[in-house]
Amino acid sequence: MATSKDDIKFLSNPKIGQKRKKYCRFRRFGIKYIDFKDPSFLIQFVNEQGKILPRRITGNSLKYQRKVTVAIKRARHLALMPYVTDLLK
Amino acid sequence: MKQLEVTFIVDPVLSGDEIQATAQTYVDLLKNNGCTIVHVDDMGLRTLAFPIHKRNSGVYFCIEFQTPTGSIIDNMELALRRDERIMRFLTVKLDKYGIKYNEDKRNGLIGKKSRRQDKKEVAPVVAAPVAPVAPVTPVVEAPVVKAPLAEEEE
Repeated sequence: MATSKDDIKFLSNPKIGQKRKKYCRFRRFGIKYIDFKDPSFLIQFVNEQGKILPRRITGNSLKYQRKVTVAIKRARHLALMPYVTDLLK
Repeated sequence: MKQLEVTFIVDPVLSGDEIQATAQTYVDLLKNNGCTIVHVDDMGLRTLAFPIHKRNSGVYFCIEFQTPTGSIIDNMELALRRDERIMRFLTVKLDKYGIKYNEDKRNGLIGKKSRRQDKKEVAPVVAAPVAPVAPVTPVVEAPVVKAPLAEEEE
């Protein structure tokens, strides 16, 4: 009947509530230029309807969020990305 | 000296020669007006994300050039606008990072892209030999397909 602290099991996983810290991928990986001719990259920053995701979800810094936005809008003009759609991903 | 790039979509209904000739006219136009052509990128036939002029695909071209004054841009855009073979165009001034990015892209230094292309190239090769053996695979796949269904029912 030897019960040590190691034997105590949590009812729920204690790691579930922890959030992973968001970061700006452009700063972290040193991406300086966002190409509007590469829709497969830009698709990461839109939702299923083709709307641009906000910064609070993507975690981009303001400087690069602006660049992403401009790049997506340019891609839309050239029909590389849709303005409105369903089931994009 | 400003570095710019102009991307335009050519009507895919034209024949291959006509498409090349269309792109060439703009290369010549820029050259004749004292611009240095850095690179002409033929991005090929792509499906459009939405129909333009009732066309669902288009041939993309991207011309990167250097211009001393920039006065040619208005003339070039006017010509593009008047040209019925051009469906859309976009002129963009490149910053120093953009110039570097395009250079790297030409030299194949942009890592992700080449890796993705490699995967795409490898994938069909792997898939091709598997295809003839297809009659056997449905038997193997069947339980895998059933398993998630059973879970959903529970």
